[in-house]
Amino acid sequence: MTYVIVGSCIKDDSCIEVCPVDCIHPKPGAPDFETAEQLYIDPGVCIDCDACVEACPVDAIFPDFELPEKYDYALELNGEFFAELGTAERTAA
Amino acid sequence: MAGERPRVAIVGAGPAGAFAAASILRARGDADIDLFERLPTPWGLLRGGVAPDHQEIKRLEDTFDRQTLRRGCRFLGNVEVGTDVSHAELMEHYDAVVYATGAQTDKSLGIPGEDLPGSWAATSFVGWYNGHPDYRDLEFDLSAERAVVIGNGNVAADVIRILTLGPDELAQTDIADHALEALRASNVREVVVLGRRGPAQAAFTSAELRELGRLDGVALHVDPADAELDAVSREWLAADGTFTARKNVELLQAFAAREPDTGAARRIDLRFLCSPVEIRGEGRVEGVDVRRNAIVREEDGTLRARPVGDEVETIACGLVLRSVGYRAVPLPDVPFEERRYVLPNEAGRVLTPDGRPLPGVYTVGWIKRGPTGILGTNKRDADETVAALVEDLAAGTLAGARAPREAIDALLAERRPDLVSGDGWRAIAGQELERGRAEGRPRVKLASRAELLDAANAVRS
Repeated sequence: MTYVIVGSCIKDDSCIEVCPVDCIHPKPGAPDFETAEQLYIDPGVCIDCDACVEACPVDAIFPDFELPEKYDYALELNGEFFAELGTAERTAA
Repeated sequence: MAGERPRVAIVGAGPAGAFAAASILRARGDADIDLFERLPTPWGLLRGGVAPDHQEIKRLEDTFDRQTLRRGCRFLGNVEVGTDVSHAELMEHYDAVVYATGAQTDKSLGIPGEDLPGSWAATSFVGWYNGHPDYRDLEFDLSAERAVVIGNGNVAADVIRILTLGPDELAQTDIADHALEALRASNVREVVVLGRRGPAQAAFTSAELRELGRLDGVALHVDPADAELDAVSREWLAADGTFTARKNVELLQAFAAREPDTGAARRIDLRFLCSPVEIRGEGRVEGVDVRRNAIVREEDGTLRARPVGDEVETIACGLVLRSVGYRAVPLPDVPFEERRYVLPNEAGRVLTPDGRPLPGVYTVGWIKRGPTGILGTNKRDADETVAALVEDLAAGTLAGARAPREAIDALLAERRPDLVSGDGWRAIAGQELERGRAEGRPRVKLASRAELLDAANAVRS
């Protein structure tokens, strides 16, 4: 499984601060950070630890199997965000 | 000042002010912070801006409360800095003053008819449905079947949903009662949304755009010709387009390909590449004249919408909501940058007209950087300002408060006997939540100053 960030994300970076595997992007300072409308979790890297769920002040993070229906698009969207530039490239910089 | 607890006044208890207070307390747990607010209630646009059908975002107030008021930061509501207490007085009573007053007015379109009755700043409509006491007595005429929204950003998305969601759905939110009642009687069946630029440059986030396409009982119409990208935009999207812009184009093209939903109770018509040139009507809004635009690439590489042809179309309507951006207003006795509508500053230190830091004066949020970014943007913005503030405190470069700590309380008691404290705010919130529980809603807002002050007073006596 993986955790998934939905569209109500406010880009407060509490989740990034607690993620032990650095799989939440873009990070402050990344070229696409300011224009990003939300943060995304790389499903291929997420270790399902739920630290980000605890940290999120607006409850915008769900396990993929518990996504509310109105956010059913979000799993695919999170994955797609990393299609062009994956976590490996993003953290290598 | 050495060895004493630093005293900081934050002016404006919106998200920027709240993030700043939390950030100061993280860096200097010994700071005494007073959070000044013109309204009797804290959290600014989180309460008065975020749409009532987006309750999940409003949960941020628990974090604000936990990180500020619950950690000793004082809320001083119903006090207007510049009117009840001056900038000079704050400088006497505090070591540092942080301005977090936001962008309180709307940009104008600069077209004839903009001020006709029935033409409103979208933010007035937002304040009205969110129970902001300054807007509760406005009367929006919802008797005509068509409304026009000018602009396609996030505020536009909010007002489009509020105009088209069914009243039963709205009744499950914390929308103000007066607005719910008016919207129950609304005749609005169609909302036409005008975007100056094309689908690739729409200002919506893809989450908001997707949501507009999924509203119960609402048909979303996009003209297939509008969804087709022009060559300039296609090239721009491929080379420089953001993830959001690509998603928006995909969504708009999918909407354009939908079979028309003729059975829907209400309809949203998203139009692109057209600008309003005049709002017309005899004594009140009867229609909007629009002209077509094309996207052109300027010499500096930026894309712009330019008018093409002379053809003018009139869209008949009874209500116009203008949503083309916010603008900050100058504050008394504090420098202001007239061209950018912000306080001149360097990393949050407010600057004098000759470019030197004004000791002890800081800024954060929209009045610092202009009206951009989303809620969380203010967290990093606040951290930057607070880093400067904490550095100046440590360096001992601030003049420091001259008056004793209690003096500000005496001054405020004299100027604003109806000041709303943190306890007053808790009494307001308690009453609102209790009413909400009784009606099965997240909260029922007290929406006039009198009601708010009555609720707050219940704890004072």
